[in-house]
Amino acid sequence: MTAGMADAAGAGAVPPADGGGAGAPGPAPAEPAPHGIGVSLPPADAPAKALGVFPYAADLWAEGLLWAAVLRSPHPHARIVSIDTSAAAAMQGVRAVVTHADVPGDAAHGRRVADRPVFASDLVRHHGEPIAAVAADHPDTARLAAAAIAVEYEVLEPVTDPEKAFAAEPLHPDGNLIRHIPLRFGDPEAAGEVIVEGLYRIGRQDPAPIGAEAGLAVPRPDGGVEIYTASTDPHADRDLAAACFGLEPERVKVVVTGVPGAMGEREDPGMQLPLGLLALRTGHPVKLTATREESFLGHAHRHPTLLRYRHHADAEGKLVKVEAQILLDSGAYADSSADSLAAAVAFACGPYVVPHAFVEGWAVRTNNPPSGHVRGEGAMQVCAAYEGQMDKLAAKLGLDPAELRLRNALATGDLLPTGQTVTCPAPVAELLRAVRDFPLPALPKDDPEGDWLLPGGPEGAGEPGAVRRGVGYGVGMVHMLGAEGADEVSTATVKIHNNVATVICAAVETGQGFSTLARQIVQEVLGVEEVHVAPVDTDQPSAGPAARGRHTWVSGGAVERAARMVRTQLLQPLAHKFGMSTELLTIADGKITSYDGVLSTTVAEALDGKELWATAQCRPHPTEPLDDTGQGDAFVGLAFCAIRAVVDVDIELGSVRVVEMAVAQDVGRVLNPRQATARIEAGITQGIGAALTENLRTSGGLVRRPDFTGYTLPTSLDAPTVRIVKLVEERDVVAPFGAKAISAVPVVTTPAAVAAAVRAATGRPVNRLPIRPQSAVGAPA
Amino acid sequence: MTTHAPQTAHTVTLPGSLDEAVAALAAMPAAVPVAGGTDLMAAVNSGLLRPAALVGLGRISEIRGWQYQDGHALLGAGLTHARIGRPDFAALIPGLAAAARAAGPPQIRNAGTLGGNIVTSAPTGDTLPVLAALEATLVIAGPGGARREIPVSHLLAGVEMLRPGELIGYVRVPLLHAPQTFLKATGRTGPGRATASVAVVLNPARREVRCAVGAVAPMPLRPLEAERWVASLIDWDGERGLAPEACAAFGEYAAAACIPDPPQPADGTEPLTLPPAALHLRRTVAALARRALGRALA
Repeated sequence: MTAGMADAAGAGAVPPADGGGAGAPGPAPAEPAPHGIGVSLPPADAPAKALGVFPYAADLWAEGLLWAAVLRSPHPHARIVSIDTSAAAAMQGVRAVVTHADVPGDAAHGRRVADRPVFASDLVRHHGEPIAAVAADHPDTARLAAAAIAVEYEVLEPVTDPEKAFAAEPLHPDGNLIRHIPLRFGDPEAAGEVIVEGLYRIGRQDPAPIGAEAGLAVPRPDGGVEIYTASTDPHADRDLAAACFGLEPERVKVVVTGVPGAMGEREDPGMQLPLGLLALRTGHPVKLTATREESFLGHAHRHPTLLRYRHHADAEGKLVKVEAQILLDSGAYADSSADSLAAAVAFACGPYVVPHAFVEGWAVRTNNPPSGHVRGEGAMQVCAAYEGQMDKLAAKLGLDPAELRLRNALATGDLLPTGQTVTCPAPVAELLRAVRDFPLPALPKDDPEGDWLLPGGPEGAGEPGAVRRGVGYGVGMVHMLGAEGADEVSTATVKIHNNVATVICAAVETGQGFSTLARQIVQEVLGVEEVHVAPVDTDQPSAGPAARGRHTWVSGGAVERAARMVRTQLLQPLAHKFGMSTELLTIADGKITSYDGVLSTTVAEALDGKELWATAQCRPHPTEPLDDTGQGDAFVGLAFCAIRAVVDVDIELGSVRVVEMAVAQDVGRVLNPRQATARIEAGITQGIGAALTENLRTSGGLVRRPDFTGYTLPTSLDAPTVRIVKLVEERDVVAPFGAKAISAVPVVTTPAAVAAAVRAATGRPVNRLPIRPQSAVGAPA
Repeated sequence: MTTHAPQTAHTVTLPGSLDEAVAALAAMPAAVPVAGGTDLMAAVNSGLLRPAALVGLGRISEIRGWQYQDGHALLGAGLTHARIGRPDFAALIPGLAAAARAAGPPQIRNAGTLGGNIVTSAPTGDTLPVLAALEATLVIAGPGGARREIPVSHLLAGVEMLRPGELIGYVRVPLLHAPQTFLKATGRTGPGRATASVAVVLNPARREVRCAVGAVAPMPLRPLEAERWVASLIDWDGERGLAPEACAAFGEYAAAACIPDPPQPADGTEPLTLPPAALHLRRTVAALARRALGRALA
């Protein structure tokens, strides 16, 4: 995979942050403009996005379009006695009203299990569940008509405590237990000299995409429908829609528009499906833009989790045994909760060597808002808990928290509690040492006249005398790609014509940088500067969901293979003519040169007006499901990260400001330094939201304050200084380019590191996320 | 593309003076006055409010500035938070300037007005505790050039209401020539709604400390006993300093007054205590009040 993968960083390229080893020096000639792998190529759509002219789904328009509105349940749990749409249908300007009775195909859908109705028919299982939808010639008319649909409910007692879900009446014919994994690893009788216990609660983080869900459905003359929306998994959404519409998949096309923020699987089928149904029903294009409230109610959230831990260690601090119980609140429908649970159970002990582990994991149904795939799912919740345990253990043993972690650090060749051997690079100790040894930022008390941003903000209530500084460590891990036997595959096509290359791949650019990476790969392999990435739709072969770092790996790998096939087609006639093998020819700057520099021609000449196409697939090695004791080689690859958080806490008010996050991350290889930095900074900011403010509150199953005043995201003043201390570039030999996914692991690790730092500053246990001010009020000095 | 409802034809009037605005409201009783729109338009966009007509107050230059009137400042209701936060205004009424600077992100401060903050009367309105501590008076413009004055606390408490067709024209605030502070606690470092806020205003001429606590009740609360007690401790003719313990005691006193203990059972059974969240709120108010007084006396 590394053959010919010369590092093309030329003059002006930003070198990767400290860590070196940006790639073995290869035969790359000097490049006039930096392009290819390893340089900070800017995203092609960045200027349009910065200027506000980039078209998102909410900006789309079609002649004669109608506007849709969805009626959502005001109750978390209720029996539907009757639905009367006659008043709504009779309103002037209303073109169609649809309910469960109008779904021509499958009445239910789901990512793993089809347990979620398109429209609730007899039972409402969560606040905001879709019940009916209206198409009208004006958005306000549609909303008013939706409000005019008379639904008679028999309100039922909601099940909102996941611990009570086991014994509660089944909320669904499938029962309330979505999955149970009893992981058994080692000797249950093993015991350590030192035991610490802890109970941890993780709140409900919302993906809170800045662009709310929106879509446009356009009926096709063949009786099918095209849905324009910011899907991050277009083929799965297409298949799901086709099944519900009772159409063959070929007659439904999902066209991906610009994605205004995604952290996991974006878009709410509860909106796309009504949209498509209404377009089919009316024969007109139908558009819907969700309000912020609908967005909060409709899409999936991070699983609120309850974790109970018992860590056993010997007197030197070596872990002996970990016992844990993990309970995921899945909300009303299964969605991808089974996958989240697998990650939570498998990584319950963290990146540490644990000889004996006994973990019980459950994902249960409740009437709370739906949970699903959100970046770092499962792994984030357990990270906050096992790192809390490591802090407790360090305190009990009188050890430095970093030292305790180092004594137990996982390395390549060690076993996970699932019995899987870690075969990829796992430089956990190296990462931890890097952040530990990085100099600490200055203290306000050393420079009281300085321009400090205290907790509480500029000119705020913060007072230097009440501020305590805390330093804490978090080490986290995630898996990359789908796990447990998921068929991870992506298909890409590369075309070259007249010195311009085009990539056609259904991998969605969600902001993770795939389209930039695809351009860099083709620049690298074909030596042409101008590379276009085609817009994504489901007429292209599937590339799978944009999640779990998949596209860097599988779609990047597919693009590279396709580009290499094009390269071979391009060079073979020349090689034949020159009487040498294609390996002796290099392409750079649109010129093909032989190894000795004697023979030279341009790509355009070699093409001679021809178009060259190639399509290739990338499919990593298969995995297996976890068995009934939680054992199995379930993961393709792992990524690690260590963070040292420095926080200032106003111990009287309990307000927290994160001062600095020092990060060391295992990235395999830096493919685009600027994007790598941006992804880490974004992940940390999102993690700080989960650590300090982001929690979608409910009471009795009802979502409280579904808006950005009630749900507080971090602002630029809350975002800390991020110091990327080290990016460890130890190539993962099975991954294309040796690169690992970057985005998820900082999200996973940040809340644990912030909690550890607040613990150090206040002396309080801090076992609940987000950290409430009353939990961060310390004892006065 | 339009998102306006087809069935409602909007009329927007842009009067140039306060009396024209009052006349426009009298001519269209269904019309709603709009200044910065930071609260009103959120209600319109979420479908809670469908005004048949709007009277825009943005072009009334007489209420976008301030004037002086026998020891008082007559502040136009159309002053934006951004304008109030500027240094020239802060030199006059520092507490109000501090509250305006804390009131949300720049976009909101550029649009939101003093009059709007009063009319919305949100518990978390940042200027309200300062106005309560200043004992500000509202000058209400009515039909036919009529003017009447009501204390701001009367409007906030609902003792007196705006009558149909009336507008807040000005806010009369005393010029006290002494330190004033406003502090608020929020959930994040960036702009956010107050979980509690405290304004402290000194009036050396009458040897008064005035304090108002915002966001913990539907309207700002004045801990009058605590004010009087702490004012009696201050050496008004000297350095005006106070021992840290006295400031702390003032904070506790004010906080206990604003967030009182629940009534205790008379039969001597288990005493009732506040829930942890209310206790934390009380601690927060105590810390804010202590700091606000300390900074005012520093």
